Amino acid sequence: MADVQQIIKDVTGIYGKERKALMPILQAVVKTKNYLDDQDLIAVAKALDLSAAEVFGTASFYTFLDTVPRGKNVIRVCKTISCHMAGKDAIIHAIEDTLKVKTGETSVDKKFTLLSANCLGWCHKGPVMLINDQVYPELNAEKAIEILQKYQEED
Amino acid sequence: MENTRPKRVDIIFLMEGIDPIKVVENAMKKSPDEIILDMIDSGLKGRGGAGFPTGLKWKFTRNEDSYDKYVICNADEGEPGTFKDREILDRVPEKVFAGLAICGYTIGAREGFIYLRGEYNFLLPVLNQKLDVFNAGMKKIGLDFAIQMRSGSGAYICGEESALFESMEGKRGEPRNKPPYPTVAGYLGKPTAINNVETLVYAFMIARIGAEKFKEMGTKDSRGSKVFSISGDTPKAGISELELGMSVQQFVDEFGDGDTKAVQVGGASGGCVPRKMFKETIIGYEGIPTGGSMMLFNSSRSMYNVLHDYLEFFTEESCGQCTPCRVGCQQLLKGIEAVKRGEKNPAYLDDLKKLAKTMKVAAKCGLGQSVANPFISIVSNFKEEIIY
Repeated sequence: MADVQQIIKDVTGIYGKERKALMPILQAVVKTKNYLDDQDLIAVAKALDLSAAEVFGTASFYTFLDTVPRGKNVIRVCKTISCHMAGKDAIIHAIEDTLKVKTGETSVDKKFTLLSANCLGWCHKGPVMLINDQVYPELNAEKAIEILQKYQEED
Repeated sequence: MENTRPKRVDIIFLMEGIDPIKVVENAMKKSPDEIILDMIDSGLKGRGGAGFPTGLKWKFTRNEDSYDKYVICNADEGEPGTFKDREILDRVPEKVFAGLAICGYTIGAREGFIYLRGEYNFLLPVLNQKLDVFNAGMKKIGLDFAIQMRSGSGAYICGEESALFESMEGKRGEPRNKPPYPTVAGYLGKPTAINNVETLVYAFMIARIGAEKFKEMGTKDSRGSKVFSISGDTPKAGISELELGMSVQQFVDEFGDGDTKAVQVGGASGGCVPRKMFKETIIGYEGIPTGGSMMLFNSSRSMYNVLHDYLEFFTEESCGQCTPCRVGCQQLLKGIEAVKRGEKNPAYLDDLKKLAKTMKVAAKCGLGQSVANPFISIVSNFKEEIIY
């Protein structure tokens, strides 16, 4: 909780306490802890003098502002047509097998959440995935697993 | 024109010998009205897909009487098959900044924003760093104008301009009723000129060397060149800047793999052109307009799968605000699945086409209205593939 208060303080310092600061605040919280829980939303609502329902309404609209717990690293594999044709299914299967999760789930050690995403804007270099903000184009199954291992070795 | 190859152009990514801040400084020697006349004269139309004349957009915003005005760069590039804006912001961001500054000077805005889709957040550190330098440059040349970055959070609909304003205002990205248009009441209810990334770079080029060079290219209805995002079954996937006015056939001759059966022009919300119509279809406002997405499909591909992918995309990305789009997308998707499984007879596709046409009329924004484009063009031209 404490660090969420600090994030709110930092971001409102830059963007002010009006409602237009809401997206930057929510984005900053998600960047730090990967999702927004009820207490976070209430704290943000208080800081901006908005109703908690308004804040939840905004957060729940956006795919990247998760309101359910996510792992430390959020993997988003592009599933839209060009990546589909380039073989995104093989990538998803490889990741599912490696992490022992299905798409939409979080690994037992809470290190990874695997999600599929709509067009990520790398249609000429598919299949592609995002891990947090980092992009990995031109994947094949082996390459995807190698990349995951690097994240796995981190604390 | 019939057998010539598409003409390659090098405007957008050309950086050699160009000092963007100097170009802004030179542009300021002209009056805002002169710049607007240049933009109108050039025939430049918005490169995001809708194709509204840029000069008019700037003129309308300039004409509004308001102390606060804004200029926004729409970098919420979410259309499937499009990746040109990322490439432009990655390779020549200063030209985009300068385009914003010239627009700001012209319309009388002191603040500019770049709304970047969340999927491109990895560009932020470098862009912010370059913006600091650029904003300092504006101070130095005496222009009261600064640009800030804003991020999206994974919502396709926020590429719709009024949904983008809502998002920037901290709300759900639900499109507004129009009118009022953004030039009258945009971000925070103030007059706002919102332009696509690529449009701003062409505006920059016109400010730098005048409208003539731009006008020389293209056709009467589609002036200039355009950056195309090319993907799918092609040996030449990637970005190409081409003169407007070519036919789909010319495009396929250059970029196809020899077995192209269809080209989806304009992304998921665009239209599908089948092989038999390649020759007669012009890529441009007189034929099939495009934000630059060109997806090629060869004969190994099932057009049912292509349409299914698009409909899944729209079902997930519909904001849910208006019924025609929210329910329409779901029903079109369920409908083609039912026909495929044989639970509905093929004549049901005609009912679905009627539904798509209704969405075109009744949906509140461009998302719901444009679902009919891929749906009707694919179902009409590849009926067998949808049924069997």
